Amino acid sequence: MKLPQTHADAAAEFLKDTDRSHWHDDTLWHVRSKRDASAQKIPEWEQLRTLASQIKDHVLSNLDTLLLQFEKNAQANGIEVLWAKDAQEHNEHVLRILEENQVKQLVKSKSILTEECGLNHFLEDKGYDVVDTDLGERIIQFNKQVPSHIVMPAIHLKKKEIGDIFHKHLGTEAGSDDPQYLTEAARQHLRQKFIQAHAAITGVNFGIAETGGFVVCTNEGNADMGTHLADIHIACMGIEKLIPRAADLGVFLRLLARSATGQSITNYNSHFHRPRKDKKMYLILVDNGRTKQLGREDFRNSLKCIRCGACMNTCPIYRRSSGFSYNSTVPGPIGSILSPGMDLKKHSTLPFASTLCGSCSDVCPVKINIHEQLYKWRQVITKEGPSQPSKKWAMRFGGNVMSKPKLFDLMGKMARKSLSISPRGFVYNSFNAWGKHRELPEVPKESFKDWYKKNRNK
Amino acid sequence: MKVGLFIPCYVEQFYPNAAIASLQLLEKAGVTVEYPLEQTCCGQPMANSGYQQYGEGAAQLFRKNFEAYDYVVCPSGSCTLHAKEHILSDQEGGPKIYELCEFLTDVLQVKTLDASFPFRVGLHASCHGLRGLHLAKPSELMIPEFNKPLGLLEMVKDIDLVQLTRKDECCGFGGTFAVFEEAVSVDMGRDRIKDHEQQGVQVITGADMSCLMHLEGLLRREKKTIKVMHIAEILNGHTPEN
Amino acid sequence: MSSKESILAAIQKNKPDLLPLPEHPEFPVEGDLVERYKSSIKSNGGEALEVSDPAEIRDYLELHFQDSQMILSLSEVVKGNYDIALAEDPHDLEHVELAILEGEWGVAENAAIWLPEESLKHRALPFIAQHLIVLLKKDRLLGNMHEVYQSINVSDSGYGVFIAGPSKTADIEQSLVIGAHGPRSMTVFLLD
Repeated sequence: MKLPQTHADAAAEFLKDTDRSHWHDDTLWHVRSKRDASAQKIPEWEQLRTLASQIKDHVLSNLDTLLLQFEKNAQANGIEVLWAKDAQEHNEHVLRILEENQVKQLVKSKSILTEECGLNHFLEDKGYDVVDTDLGERIIQFNKQVPSHIVMPAIHLKKKEIGDIFHKHLGTEAGSDDPQYLTEAARQHLRQKFIQAHAAITGVNFGIAETGGFVVCTNEGNADMGTHLADIHIACMGIEKLIPRAADLGVFLRLLARSATGQSITNYNSHFHRPRKDKKMYLILVDNGRTKQLGREDFRNSLKCIRCGACMNTCPIYRRSSGFSYNSTVPGPIGSILSPGMDLKKHSTLPFASTLCGSCSDVCPVKINIHEQLYKWRQVITKEGPSQPSKKWAMRFGGNVMSKPKLFDLMGKMARKSLSISPRGFVYNSFNAWGKHRELPEVPKESFKDWYKKNRNK
Repeated sequence: MKVGLFIPCYVEQFYPNAAIASLQLLEKAGVTVEYPLEQTCCGQPMANSGYQQYGEGAAQLFRKNFEAYDYVVCPSGSCTLHAKEHILSDQEGGPKIYELCEFLTDVLQVKTLDASFPFRVGLHASCHGLRGLHLAKPSELMIPEFNKPLGLLEMVKDIDLVQLTRKDECCGFGGTFAVFEEAVSVDMGRDRIKDHEQQGVQVITGADMSCLMHLEGLLRREKKTIKVMHIAEILNGHTPEN
Repeated sequence: MSSKESILAAIQKNKPDLLPLPEHPEFPVEGDLVERYKSSIKSNGGEALEVSDPAEIRDYLELHFQDSQMILSLSEVVKGNYDIALAEDPHDLEHVELAILEGEWGVAENAAIWLPEESLKHRALPFIAQHLIVLLKKDRLLGNMHEVYQSINVSDSGYGVFIAGPSKTADIEQSLVIGAHGPRSMTVFLLD
């Protein structure tokens, strides 16, 4: 099936299954509520957000220096640091490491960056079996899908569907959909993969410039199970993931899990500084469009994102349209300001998939002004994106009417008149998207201006 | 104090009662208000659609209409925010724009209202007023509670105000979003209505007629008995029309 | 130009003027840290028990584990039945039923315990074990993450981890399941 072209079409498709869409909305709203309850317990919550935002602002303004400091310290720690200007180079680095070390089996923990780079497909084409070990990621990997949420990758699936997937791939009992039972099956299956793996790939939540180490956060412990058993650890990190000091982790670890799921912290927060004795640790620093985004003044602070997913959970559009409707590695509000920078044409409808309600900006732990950037992307897209002649004409026409009071009064009068005399079928036609499920306002007997002239301005 | 009243284009054309109520409320509070007759629109529909340049004519007209005033007051959080951020933002010494509720609470410091409204009412928190103008504490922020529109409604006698389950979720209007993302917009609107229905609300009110127009469109199509009224109408002592 | 050089050059060209790096203010934590810790770990799916006498831990072990199970203790307070020195490779730990470790610092507001590599011997140990017990002295409890980062130097160890509960997941319809890949339980004994 060809993917729907616009976010609106894909969203309409998702909403057809009302049971699923309501479940999706309620479930993510529940996560948002847990976030609220958790943040409420921290008296200095808003101060932490400001601090996190300022730290990240500093990082972006000093990124070259910090990256060099980070590289130097990491190398001194015995980590091999590689640089990749794009997804292709990143994937080739990984491949070369696997080949050099004659790796046969590899496991991978969650990394949005490797999704962005299409690493799995790249390695599979070269004959590698990449095993995603995060439970949600393993589920969608079996199902040949991509994550629909950056923190809860399989949130679009119901347990019955997961039961069917596991029945097919892991031989669980047909029709069994108990989460405990299914998780246990995945545990047994993945434990074997961990034991056999020669290499483990992880993402990076935070790179620490002053110490040359990095932090990976999980609840399942899958990143650690992979890296501590395998001989090779490959960590893939976007260049914006840096923080200057270890002490900054105090701020970010207090914000991250609370914003993501309402937990006070993820259960495992691993700080990697040196490889195990006689083992190898690689760190790939990836640009892939980030330096370009850094140069866009209006959009650069989207790079402050720590991938908590809070903006997705709070977004009333995301909750009702699901991650796939965005057709972008990072969906939801943050994805809608990051993705147009990667491919303006492909992602040109995303900044319009918002009411600009602003909830995303207020929930963001690093205070990215997401909704303001959505507004600004709209201005860019109408100039540089795919042309929409009829919309453009309508807006130009509207703007013209609004700049001429006499014309505005006349048009208003005509609109009210024609609405009040036109047959219903003429007004509520198939071109009237408003009227598909909504009535237009009732026509009053006079406009306010008419009333005012009669009653106040004699 | 010279106060100019700005009435959003669609309110001027389709919801004159909300505009009349706004004017009368200000007059009752002792303010001399003028409504400049040459006004049209703030240009937000064009700007939010990505065509800010086509809203520039409307913006210029706005500046011209209100340059001689100390305050511009507007019964819409959304239009107020747009004018504040895109029309009056770089004007030094020009007029200050206030949304009606915040003008009543912050500038006029209204403490009592002569109004009664014996109905069960749900307050819809419109996003631009809430998160843009800070008319109330958004649920996302961990700051002390405050709510200017609610404070005003609480001054109305006999009013029965309800607590909503999702007290400040967007209704899905969003300007041209309502048309270009019709399916999501309608779904969001229905969910808001359901929340009010579950609390037994008779009247949904709010400081933005655009959200209410969207909700009213759904309510009327689905033949529901819930009415919508602009907050100014309630504060000015109007009763729901049948 | 190498990728490194081109990335750095692009940053230099595109980055904004230098913005200041803020200092960390103090965020003091008030109240009973032990009670706070116990309630925090509960929300993470774990449990904390106060003990005044190590014998209570031995009683706990007798009640919950059998001697036929592989119990590995790195604590002097309670003994296990398997010597870590026998494990040359982390794969040798595959069948560990219970690991008993001593935590360096605990954080009351989120139940995280700092375990540097030195207190694990094998990095894999607290993950591969079916169950985890951590002993922590009450005077090693701190209020929040800021305090703990002031007390440790993360790069002193090649690896260190904050563990705040058992291995868990909610990836199937958001239903919480304890025991995703690692320990199916985490019990912290808070010692005087």
